[in-house]
Amino acid sequence: MQIRPILAALRHHKAGSLLIALQVALTLAIVCNALFIIHGRLTHLSQPSGVDEDRLLVVENQWAGKPDAGHIGSMMSADLNFLRQMPGVSNAYATDAYPLRGGGMSYGIGLVPDKLKYAAESALYFADENGIDTLGLKLVAGRNFRADEIGQIDAHSPIEPAEAIITVDLAKALFHGQAAVGKVIYLSAKPTVIIGVVERMQIPWTYSDMAKWSGNSTLIPLRQLVDTFDYVVRTEPGQVDEIASRVRAALYAQNRMRVIDADGGVLTYAQVRAKAYKNDRGIAILMSAISLVLLAITGAGIVGLTSFWVGQRRKQIGVRRALGATRNDILSYFLTENLLIAVAGVTIGGVLAVALNFWLMKQFEIDRLAPGYVLAGVVALLVLGQAAVLAPALRASHVPPVEATRSV
Amino acid sequence: MLAYYLRLGLRSLRRNPILTTLMVLAIGVGVAASMTTYAVFRAVSANPIPGKSGQLFVPRIDIWGPQARTQGRRVPDMLSYTDAMALMRAHRAVNQAAIYPVGFTVVPQDSSVNPFAVKGDATYAEFFPMFDAPFAYGSGWDASEDEAHAAVVVISSRLNQQLFGGADSVGRTIHLDDHDYRIVGVLANWNPQPRFYDVNVYSRTFSGAPDFFVPFTHAVDLQTDTNGNSSCYGSAGRAPGWQGWLQSDCVWVSLWVQLPDTAAARAYRSFLKGYAAEQKAAGRFDWLPEVQLVGLRQWMDVEEVVPPETRMSLFLSIGFLLVCLINTIGLLLAKFMRRSAEIGVRRALGASRTEIVRQFLAESIMVGLAGGVAGLLFTGIGVLAIGLVFEPDIARLAHMNLSLMLLTILLSLAASMTAAFYPTWRAANVQPAWQLKSN
Repeated sequence: MQIRPILAALRHHKAGSLLIALQVALTLAIVCNALFIIHGRLTHLSQPSGVDEDRLLVVENQWAGKPDAGHIGSMMSADLNFLRQMPGVSNAYATDAYPLRGGGMSYGIGLVPDKLKYAAESALYFADENGIDTLGLKLVAGRNFRADEIGQIDAHSPIEPAEAIITVDLAKALFHGQAAVGKVIYLSAKPTVIIGVVERMQIPWTYSDMAKWSGNSTLIPLRQLVDTFDYVVRTEPGQVDEIASRVRAALYAQNRMRVIDADGGVLTYAQVRAKAYKNDRGIAILMSAISLVLLAITGAGIVGLTSFWVGQRRKQIGVRRALGATRNDILSYFLTENLLIAVAGVTIGGVLAVALNFWLMKQFEIDRLAPGYVLAGVVALLVLGQAAVLAPALRASHVPPVEATRSV
Repeated sequence: MLAYYLRLGLRSLRRNPILTTLMVLAIGVGVAASMTTYAVFRAVSANPIPGKSGQLFVPRIDIWGPQARTQGRRVPDMLSYTDAMALMRAHRAVNQAAIYPVGFTVVPQDSSVNPFAVKGDATYAEFFPMFDAPFAYGSGWDASEDEAHAAVVVISSRLNQQLFGGADSVGRTIHLDDHDYRIVGVLANWNPQPRFYDVNVYSRTFSGAPDFFVPFTHAVDLQTDTNGNSSCYGSAGRAPGWQGWLQSDCVWVSLWVQLPDTAAARAYRSFLKGYAAEQKAAGRFDWLPEVQLVGLRQWMDVEEVVPPETRMSLFLSIGFLLVCLINTIGLLLAKFMRRSAEIGVRRALGASRTEIVRQFLAESIMVGLAGGVAGLLFTGIGVLAIGLVFEPDIARLAHMNLSLMLLTILLSLAASMTAAFYPTWRAANVQPAWQLKSN
């Protein structure tokens, strides 16, 4: 196939060719950045939390009428006993936060008592001897808390536990590969000994600026006696929805001087996850939808313009056919023409994509575009162009040679 | 003549239904995507208190020092209790109010009704005049009640509806947690969005109205914990208990001041500088703390009230609209040029270029109008689907209204006219002689 006559013909409809090339370029720039963002969001939201989500639900409980700390302690114990004896429930514990909750405590963890010289940031979770079993965390070194190690504090007591269990990620950040069990860390001015290491437990927040330390968690053997806290409940396999539907009423029947929000007070972990990643999922949906419609519109635009060109050139096609050109010649003429325009488009588009990415990096703190996405976008648009041009090109190849003899 | 051209345009559009549908859909979809994301953007970036936002400021004091900067921490966006109280006592602004969010439970007398939770703010008397909060009954409390640490409360119209069926409840008593409060005022429906006055201490920026307001001084007396954020960077040696909490360098209080003009703002800034220098001289810090006085609109930026996702989707939609426009230019060009012969005949029969321009712009207006109708429809669907993409609190705020509808139609018309510009120019430049010759 000769390129030169095609180029010569292109010169006669510069504007149309330029518009298609420009459209391809912009589509490429937007679609490959969108793909990149979608992939980033999906990676973010598919991070494992480290807990056994399929079997967990959480209850946010608030005691009514401001009971004192002693009273809260006994009511909490009564609740936990009741929950553990509920048929279908295998374990439960009380805490201030859990992975993906969206609110909790974070501390700078130091290797020296000076708080300003902390070595790593970490989420802090209140737990008792049932915490690890309830969450389904995997203990990879050391041991769990013992019942006699669980302390009780009120709202404003300093947090100075004698023992702590940390995650592998935090151990790495603090000790760079050395065994963590038995080492001393500082949450406050007093020393805390690490007695165990769990494989993974994500922090409560999903913000991108905390992503660097999203696996740094510390479990501390304390029960905080404040009026609002969470129960984490582990159910028998497959019973999580059933328990979630009746746990609120059951707790009220046990003691009605409490508030568990009818709407959102009891959440299965699937709901916790959906809530935590609502934004990421939303952006992924939006970007996918826009990318798809964009590709469809670009494809349709190519079909429209090429059809017009075919209609305009019926006579010339007839002449070519009469002079001996085969149907294939005509077909490949239009395919090649589109390929030339699309190649010009994706070349400009590649540059635009990188430029758009630079701008997005500045505006939204997203990462640098990986070249694979541009490549994937280029291939997608070239294929789209060829597919879009196929139908009009086939129609062109069926123009009979006799067309050459007709006037008007 | 215009009416005739419009009719002609409609007829021409009907001649190529597929091409026309494509153009109309492209404009409609492009406009709808932009308008939907704009509806969200408009909702979250709205001025919560127009007319007064220029007078409202937040003071910031860097009690964490240069060390925190090296660890990547910003100047704290909340104040410690110590500093908030010092600024309140100094009383250097027209109005000032320290604020922190609190939560209580209400135990109804009727034992068949379960206790329920209420959320509100602890603040000062000047909160209400400073933010122009409208009252349905009664009023806010006054400064003497702040000083007396009085157990008074202002409740929302919603809570008043729930507890008193909407009647004037001023003077009556409600029981919050384990204390009685005398109602001094019932707010009319008041819920500025974003909830600018405590975005730093309360995480739910776009949420329902607070149920109540109580005096800050009374809440502190009762050792009421903050229901919002707190940050205790670098305060290792905090004394135990409530007093230890109050005396610590933990930050958890929001503070607003009203300064009517730039002179007042300048004076307040220099007062803050003086305060910081005083604190350093007293030995509280090794460094001279940086102070800032941030205006409301700027504060919304500092607090990133507009989620990055909202801006990102708005920009993305505008890019999308641009591609749709280019698409429409191409299609219109094809459509117009196909009628070169017709144009040639019209020109030869004496129509001027201006007439040709009019004819084709009229046709584009028809495309724009049809695109506007499609755009309205798609925007309606888009606004309904906002909940799929954005958080419920934000989705609730974005809605279709008259101004959005008008804007949709206008944008469609503008888009189609922009797209028609070049094709029309080309059509007007068709040489009549050429067209007549070839036939």
